[in-house]
Amino acid sequence: MIDEKILFTSGHTACAGCAQALAARLVIDAAGKNTIVLNNTGCLEVFSTGYPYTSWRVPFLHSLFENAGAVASGVESALNYLGIKENVNVIAQAGDGGFADIGFQAFSGLWERGHDVLTICYDNEAYMNTGIQRSGTTPLGTNTTTSPVGKNSLGNLRWKKNLVEIALAHRCVYVATASVHMPVDLQNKVKKALKVKGPKFIHILSPCPLGWSSKPEDSIDVAKVAVETGFWPLVEFENGVLTKVKKFKELRPIEDYFKLQKRFSHLLKEEAKEVVEMWRQKVEENIKKYQLLEG
Amino acid sequence: MKEFLEGAASIARTVGLCRPGVISAYPITPQTHIVEELASLVANGKLKAEFINVESEHSAASCVLGAVATGVRAYSSTSSQGLLLMAEVLFNIAGLRLPVVMCCVNRAVSAPINIWNDQQDIVTLRDAGIILLFAENIQEACDLHIQAFKIAEDPQVMLPCIVNIDGYILSHGYEPVEFPNQELVDKFLPPYNPPYKLDINNPLTLGSLIGPEYYLETRYAIQETMNNEVKRKILDVAEEFTRIFSRKSFGLFEEYKIQDAETIFVSMGSIAGPIKDVVDELREKGQKVGFLRIITYRPFPSKEVGKILSNAKRVIVIDKSISLGSYGPLYQDVVNSVYINSQVDNQKNLPKVVGYICGLGGRDVYKEEIIEIYNDKEFEPAKFVSVKKENLDNFI
Repeated sequence: MIDEKILFTSGHTACAGCAQALAARLVIDAAGKNTIVLNNTGCLEVFSTGYPYTSWRVPFLHSLFENAGAVASGVESALNYLGIKENVNVIAQAGDGGFADIGFQAFSGLWERGHDVLTICYDNEAYMNTGIQRSGTTPLGTNTTTSPVGKNSLGNLRWKKNLVEIALAHRCVYVATASVHMPVDLQNKVKKALKVKGPKFIHILSPCPLGWSSKPEDSIDVAKVAVETGFWPLVEFENGVLTKVKKFKELRPIEDYFKLQKRFSHLLKEEAKEVVEMWRQKVEENIKKYQLLEG
Repeated sequence: MKEFLEGAASIARTVGLCRPGVISAYPITPQTHIVEELASLVANGKLKAEFINVESEHSAASCVLGAVATGVRAYSSTSSQGLLLMAEVLFNIAGLRLPVVMCCVNRAVSAPINIWNDQQDIVTLRDAGIILLFAENIQEACDLHIQAFKIAEDPQVMLPCIVNIDGYILSHGYEPVEFPNQELVDKFLPPYNPPYKLDINNPLTLGSLIGPEYYLETRYAIQETMNNEVKRKILDVAEEFTRIFSRKSFGLFEEYKIQDAETIFVSMGSIAGPIKDVVDELREKGQKVGFLRIITYRPFPSKEVGKILSNAKRVIVIDKSISLGSYGPLYQDVVNSVYINSQVDNQKNLPKVVGYICGLGGRDVYKEEIIEIYNDKEFEPAKFVSVKKENLDNFI
């Protein structure tokens, strides 16, 4: 029996512990059945639409790796033309490669033109669908197949793109980060975003056991620690103003996050202490920018 | 009543008569006047449509993809580099079986950058599953646009269609053009009513991942559709157009003074004008010469073309593009058609098929050159016309 309220059904082929599958289900269930989903190429489309099956119980279109932002603009305009946009949500979603790298131009265009679309980036911080290659949102020091740790390398030596700030610079009416370990918060953010008209953006951290070399049963914990170490602040902006932050009495040490994932195992060694120091500085920066600490 | 109007403006006005709900395009010379004119029609309330100013041709094609997938008629146009940037999306539109209609204002491809006319841009997309039509003049460009929507949107077809016009020659040229009235167009072209779309009341997954067990059949289906339904529909629509609008439309190709012709020119686009003039002059001198003007380049009417050309002694194919390292793209199709027909009909005496490449990057093609081609007795499959030897020293 299929539960009528579940719009993303089981039976898909995601890896065990895939947080993107969970996040996608939370998003669409919160958005409801009057929603059209446009999806860039990536793990999500691959594991949920293997013909002749589909997990999607809402209208769903996958076109290319980089054009969901533009396809969504066309869909929204068509709904406006038909005079039925008020009754239909449009969601354009992608992984981090499809959102922040190859598909960024189309999302930037969508935001700039002000289409009434909720855009979502499921960020697992590398090109996982093709086998864990570095992307523009891969964090500092990450071991990936194209930023491998070796004799002369401590992994990816760039900080990830700050999509929240980029979205704010486009004057998105609603911008938030979310995490799968707080499903109610994530769903509330989706619902809140869909209540306002204009371009919206939610950035969801999606632990990937395969790419992060973490235990499948740890995915929720990995997401939780990412937030509790200050690496992944949970924030919410309405009309450019910071309106909500998940605050802590104190943050956990960043090593707690590294320990859960082999992609960071080299950062626990002495030779990586400069990289770890840069992580600490990044957390300090987040503490100041978003006032992550209570009091 | 005819109006003396620019090609681009004429096309924009005609597109307006077809009532697209979404228009999206990115500026590129020499296509720009079409979308500027459409933007003006929308801004002045003469056309009810959503006009999306996108940040690239890739997104323009993706916007019309999304609109048509939502069940709304949509239109775009581009040229040259813009078409190449769209290429990935256009293959996708064909594979998704979405009847997007576009105009390609044909222009040379960079490098070296050149904004003038040839047909290199569109022939590179001949394998994409797009219906490709070529207009001889502005009037035909308009007439083909109206037909393109009807052909593409037929539930048995559901494929994109691109109307090709030679850059500048047709886009910026002026001609007396006759526009049909809105009632006639509405009668000819009913609202778009697709068999599938993104609809919250009937959720479908479009663009699925398809494995080796199904993919081959998706290509087979397009090939069968191209060669059967599309060809039939093009002929039916041309016939209906001729009847309703009282103006001749040919469909697959135009046969010009072809009966008893021993030499037959084959080409497509605006070069048909000077070729027809040359045929007229040669006919006056008693030469048995004719012209087969290809209108539908994809699906290529191979069977019909092979049959017509089998009666000739010599076939002269004039291409405004070149498959570098091979021959003219139209030449390849014509040679294939002649050979395949000979196998079907067990024919021994094949016509000699010669090929000429001309007009690249906007080089004018004069009547005198076409007469020279006619008088050339050498066998050449891809002879460049009027190569300036003194220029060759400048290039590798």
